[in-house]
Amino acid sequence: MGQDVAAGPGETTGRPMLEVDHVTLRFGGVAALDDVSFEIREGEILGLIGPNGAGKTTCFNVMTGVYRPTRGEVRFRGRPLTRMKRFQITRLGIARTFQNIRLFKTMTALDNVKVGGDTNSSVGLLNALFRTPRQRREESETHQRAMELLEFVGIGRRAEELAANLSYGDQRRLEIARAMATNPKLLCLDEPAAGFNPAEKQRLMELIRKVRDQGFTVLLIEHDMRLVMGVTDRIVVLEFGRKIAEGPPAEIRDDPAVIAAYLGVDEDDAS
Amino acid sequence: MSRLGLPTMTLPPQLRGRPAKAVGVAVLVLFLYALPLLDLPIVTTPDSDFGGVLYTMATYVLVALGLNIVIGYAGLLDLGYVGFYAIGAYVTAVLGVQHGHWPYLLTIPVAVAVTMLSGVILGAPTLRVRGDYLAIVTLGFGEIIRLSAKNSDWLGGARGIQNVPKPPSVHLFDVPHLKWENGTVLVDVTNKTQAFVFGFVDYVPYYWMALTVVFIVLIADMLIKSSRVGRAWEATREDEDVAEVMGVPTFRYKLLAFAMGAFVGGLSGSISAAGANFIYPDSYQITVSVIFVAAVVIGGQGNRWGVMLGAALVVYLPERFRGLEEYRILMFGIALMLLATFRPQGLLPPRVTRRAKALERDLEDLETGEEPQEVTS
Repeated sequence: MGQDVAAGPGETTGRPMLEVDHVTLRFGGVAALDDVSFEIREGEILGLIGPNGAGKTTCFNVMTGVYRPTRGEVRFRGRPLTRMKRFQITRLGIARTFQNIRLFKTMTALDNVKVGGDTNSSVGLLNALFRTPRQRREESETHQRAMELLEFVGIGRRAEELAANLSYGDQRRLEIARAMATNPKLLCLDEPAAGFNPAEKQRLMELIRKVRDQGFTVLLIEHDMRLVMGVTDRIVVLEFGRKIAEGPPAEIRDDPAVIAAYLGVDEDDAS
Repeated sequence: MSRLGLPTMTLPPQLRGRPAKAVGVAVLVLFLYALPLLDLPIVTTPDSDFGGVLYTMATYVLVALGLNIVIGYAGLLDLGYVGFYAIGAYVTAVLGVQHGHWPYLLTIPVAVAVTMLSGVILGAPTLRVRGDYLAIVTLGFGEIIRLSAKNSDWLGGARGIQNVPKPPSVHLFDVPHLKWENGTVLVDVTNKTQAFVFGFVDYVPYYWMALTVVFIVLIADMLIKSSRVGRAWEATREDEDVAEVMGVPTFRYKLLAFAMGAFVGGLSGSISAAGANFIYPDSYQITVSVIFVAAVVIGGQGNRWGVMLGAALVVYLPERFRGLEEYRILMFGIALMLLATFRPQGLLPPRVTRRAKALERDLEDLETGEEPQEVTS
């Protein structure tokens, strides 16, 4: 949906890609998510915001198959994800990063991305043992694609470095590259700018726009309101596991419920 | 394509396009084959037949390669590996003498197939538990195999099975051993190895057979490790949940690691049975499993060269110092303790661990204000 890129914030007209349909998730008596519904449309950047503990990451985990909803379901292009294994969901086209960086630390940056890239390969043990032409072709494709992705996120020079030895910012970038390597339709970023200074955040947001322009749909969880307002097409606001608002950034900014729940507090903190 | 006239395909990637290294490897390989004939002073075990010791070492090296796939690559602690080793040996013995008269070489494919199958049967339900739980379950597996053999008359009971078949002998030529006397080397014409006769006295041909299998498995190991299968194992070991989210079907890969490990373990068991001539359940005690794991850990889990060295040492050292009698186990224990203290990552840790350590040192140097050594990328 390339035309969405030009449509500007708030005017996305894409078909729904992922639908969260009346999802409730309970841990014992606590409802972490309470009847939450929203959709992510093809080609947009959707922001998911809310105060700490609002259920953003939980919502994320339901969408990527880590948790199963107590009620309701999540559909990706019409297919329910409820019964699928996590790796199948990834292969279907949903990729994610982790808020608390979880890279394969003893592997190189390049190999981290290759693991993601292997999702697209189907060669097995025997092909590997006999180094069949198909295996060598796919291996070199995976390698090339991984290098391109590292260049794309801006850490190409660090390809042979161990993930554990990368700087904090580069580790966050590697998380994005690894998720993109699985060749997703929908890329879910869980607070990718956490711990960044304003300049770094700005560069990351440019990167996220570039990601969208490559044809990915992006779901972004972020704390920093200014950034979310600047980069997203639409925003969904959660509070205490409930959706309290949904709409383009301009509307969200003026929504009294949102200001009461979140913005007011945040701006006091920020000033 | 290659300078050695081999198709490039069969060479592991590490050797491709490096003639000097390839020659070095060829020399080392020849040396290893010649080792039992050279009778090198100090190296050769004084109190036990060196050919026999080398043969045992080679079977243990094979075990370590297999167990390294399970522990080192996939990160699954398997304390019942002796079970696979026993199954390999028993299948060969059962088919070859107890309930059939199969020639030895034909029993090998059946042995590895049965072992692999048992690996899958053990793994399918148990690989869903993690860490210590898996260790306990596999520990039980090893004992179940041993006790089943012991209590089954069909499998020879506690007495075991005698006259395990041997590989077919083809007497092509004789190779004399060397003799070292006061610093001079003599060719000892009274002591010849008949190539390739698999008898009861001279274990050198068995050693050659086992060594050849080691090389084949080693090359396979390199090819698999450098493919997406190796990456998937590593990712699963590092963080199973994240690997799954990155599209790796972790359960399938863990099961594959288990099956591959079992394959190699069974192969090694079958090869060891050929030379042992007779096998009995109590030679597959839990302590053997512990020695196997020790070999992998001592050498450096995850590094194939390390675990091979580790396996060679756990067999060689007690044999070399057999003269110390019961003290040799004490010595072995002390050596283990020293190792755990000074090289907790093993003798040859995987390269990544070494690199991480080097970088840590550089960082410390930076913090203390010393100039780090120039690192060029």
